[in-house]
Amino acid sequence: MSTIIAYFKGIGQGLNTLWTGMKVTGYYFFHARKEIITMQYPDNRDTLKIPERFRGRVVMLHDQNNEHACNGCTMCEMACPNGSIKIITDKILNPETGKVVRIIDKHIYHFSMCTLCNLCVQACPSNALAMDNSYENSVYDRSELTFVLNQPGSKIRDNVKD
Amino acid sequence: MNAIYDFSILTGGIHEWLSGLMSPTAVMITEMVIIGTLLIVFVALMGLVLVLAERKVAAFFQLRLGPNRVGPWGSLQTLADFLKLLTKELITTKSADKFLYNLAPFIVMLTPFLALGVIPFAPGLQIMDMNIGVFFITAVSSMGVLGILIGGWASNNKYSLIGGMRSAAMVVSYELSVTLAIMTMVIMTESLSLSEIVASQSDGWWIIKGHIPALIAFLLYLTASTAETNRGPFDLAEAESELTAGFHTEYGGIKFAFFFLSEFVNMLVVASIATILFFGGWMPFHLPFEWAVGFNHIMDFIPGIVWGFGKVTFVIFLMMWFRWTFPRLRIDQILNLEWKYLLPMNLVNFLLMALIALSGFYL
Amino acid sequence: MQAELISKDGTQEYFVNMGPQHPSTHGVLRLVLTLDGEIIQRVEPHIGYVHRSIEKMAEFDTYKQIIHLTDRMDYLSAHMNNEAVALLVENALQIEVSDRVKVIRTIMSELTRLASHQLWWGVMGMDMGAITTFLYAFRDREMINDIMEETTGARLTMNYNTPGGVMFDLHPSFQKQVKEFIKIFKTKLPEYDELLSGNIIFTERTKGIGKLSLADAISFGVTGPSGRASGFACDVRKTNPYSAYDRVNFNEILLVEGDAYARYKARIFEMWESISIIDQLIDNIPEGAIMAPMKAIVKLPKGEFYQRVETARGELGVFVVSDGNKTPYRVKFRSPGFSNLSVLDHISRGHKIADLVAIMSTLDLVIPDIDR
Repeated sequence: MSTIIAYFKGIGQGLNTLWTGMKVTGYYFFHARKEIITMQYPDNRDTLKIPERFRGRVVMLHDQNNEHACNGCTMCEMACPNGSIKIITDKILNPETGKVVRIIDKHIYHFSMCTLCNLCVQACPSNALAMDNSYENSVYDRSELTFVLNQPGSKIRDNVKD
Repeated sequence: MNAIYDFSILTGGIHEWLSGLMSPTAVMITEMVIIGTLLIVFVALMGLVLVLAERKVAAFFQLRLGPNRVGPWGSLQTLADFLKLLTKELITTKSADKFLYNLAPFIVMLTPFLALGVIPFAPGLQIMDMNIGVFFITAVSSMGVLGILIGGWASNNKYSLIGGMRSAAMVVSYELSVTLAIMTMVIMTESLSLSEIVASQSDGWWIIKGHIPALIAFLLYLTASTAETNRGPFDLAEAESELTAGFHTEYGGIKFAFFFLSEFVNMLVVASIATILFFGGWMPFHLPFEWAVGFNHIMDFIPGIVWGFGKVTFVIFLMMWFRWTFPRLRIDQILNLEWKYLLPMNLVNFLLMALIALSGFYL
Repeated sequence: MQAELISKDGTQEYFVNMGPQHPSTHGVLRLVLTLDGEIIQRVEPHIGYVHRSIEKMAEFDTYKQIIHLTDRMDYLSAHMNNEAVALLVENALQIEVSDRVKVIRTIMSELTRLASHQLWWGVMGMDMGAITTFLYAFRDREMINDIMEETTGARLTMNYNTPGGVMFDLHPSFQKQVKEFIKIFKTKLPEYDELLSGNIIFTERTKGIGKLSLADAISFGVTGPSGRASGFACDVRKTNPYSAYDRVNFNEILLVEGDAYARYKARIFEMWESISIIDQLIDNIPEGAIMAPMKAIVKLPKGEFYQRVETARGELGVFVVSDGNKTPYRVKFRSPGFSNLSVLDHISRGHKIADLVAIMSTLDLVIPDIDR
């Protein structure tokens, strides 16, 4: 007799556990409008909130005079774990002081190799680099992922020490 | 029986009009062609609607929106998917048994067609009123597993073979429960003809009139038929996380679409039978009491086709609810469930129902 | 070869390749199964499909750079991996980091552990056929990811630790957000029990499956929740407390059954423990520097160093041989996933294919962690 009771008890308990699970999913089904968690991504671009610390890609900060703070010390190049940064420097004669100073010709950044580890930004002594919040970075050709970070015609800010 | 919206006026009218035009043989052939075309259109349409419904329902269970890009609320999504599958190249695996491999999708697709032939969807909307309709459906619906087994075998893929074998073991066992649950209700209806079963519920659905045994039979039928359609917690013939896609791993394009569609049309068939046996098919909600005549009359104003499809939708929703809530069973547990739980309960329930019928203790 | 495959009753064993592309091997793990019908005779894991030679790469990187590589090992416990290397360097140089850093690291570790266990729970449900759990788990995990993104700037591969401290200070809204998350998640976690833990189908499928005895757990080196489910007291947070773990009260989850269900339960209990740890710390994050003074170029003294931390999967050991240069001479990671995988064959023999999926889920494998 006890086995028969246990048999039916087992069935009852089993059905109860199933019903418990169905209540959870059922609740969400009938409250679907309120509980939806997915975002309609390309449509919500305007309202999408990207945290300001989000690491999109490395950029060089330029002010309104098209001046940056990079003096070509190559600290970022050394800090980069995967060789995504290559700095081509140039030496020019400063006509005022008569000294030969080092300036950057091209700050080349291979986005395709970058792991967005933020080490270059941390390494930069003059805070010339930063991470921006861009997130749509796909392109059709790999070569488009190589950026020159210093804008054309830009030059180094005066107060940056060498 | 007080059905206002009777399709037999329409169908009978067409029949008489055709009879006035040509000989009886020609009339029969013409009607067959019309019905066949309508059935194909109906199945394709229901397939599309059900696939979309499943995706939407699943999405709402899962806190998503589901398809919402093609057409309003994604209503054309399944059509787009279907067109994509239609235009895909038909690939046959190199070492597959070509004949059987190509045959399997058709067998799978054939069975729901045959079963749909005897189901009354609304008053007068029934292709063939067989006097052994229930028997015919149980006989036909077990044929679907042949397609799955053949498909699993002919693909020459071990995953497919395991999937096919699982399906065979499962369907052979669960056929018993399905049939017994149906038989339990047949005791009450005293007829095997589906239209007469529906007619017998004009004073109340069997799930109300049949007391507890009817309720148990409904639960048993629902469980067993979910297993028979290879759905929900019993989808271990497909078992995506174990056998990648089980028996249809090697199928692509329209052949895959056949397997996919047949699952949904099977669901429709199973839900229709459940509706007919337990919820009175297209019969409006009636109460078997003297004082409820007025209420019953009001219920009659809702067309039978709405009642029929409404109830089918409800049963299908239940099956979807199962599928999107429960984990999958293991093969031995599935067989245990059938032989140790469903079948004994079914037999006891059958006896109980017989006793109730004998004592006349029903409304 | 052919002869030994034929068993007593004249049937033949056969092989099935599960993976490298298979929905439930969680990545590119290839299992060669020897089957008799559906019964598993042998499981032979073939690894190396995502081998990126992180250990070798680490030999050419400075200690600051190694940390970002560890993000990519067990990407679900990225923070703990980072912490392991950071702690190693700090211990080797005998740098004392501020209390603030310790507490931040502990909170972040526990958040990462929660996120990892949430993902595991969802995937576990999906492996068992209940696909809905996956989305529910992601709903909760998303909150943690947002918190992470706000403070560290990345959702998964945070690279937040650095020798001597952490990269950024906490975001001003960090405390508020974490408290809100804890409040919400405390109501959502019982749902996990309602959906899976109590479900009769789930319990039937996991109870008594893949039994791992305590002796085997120790000899195979199965750590983490998987080991603790067999009664192996291997929680590094208890045995060798690091960061702020010595100042919080939490229980080491120890179960005795050792089956798949125990491993499942261990993780669910661990989520509650993680919540309690965060609860204890979040209100009193001490003030202090987020970065201890460090030299620009970190050079470890000559010698061998070992540091272990408790990741979401078990004990992660980092072994560094230094010859005094700015790059290590040799780095070895003792990844929990590798040891946990090694036990798979032992505990899944005699079970069915469906059980193998359940066992593999409860071992909670992350393939890049195994291959490195």
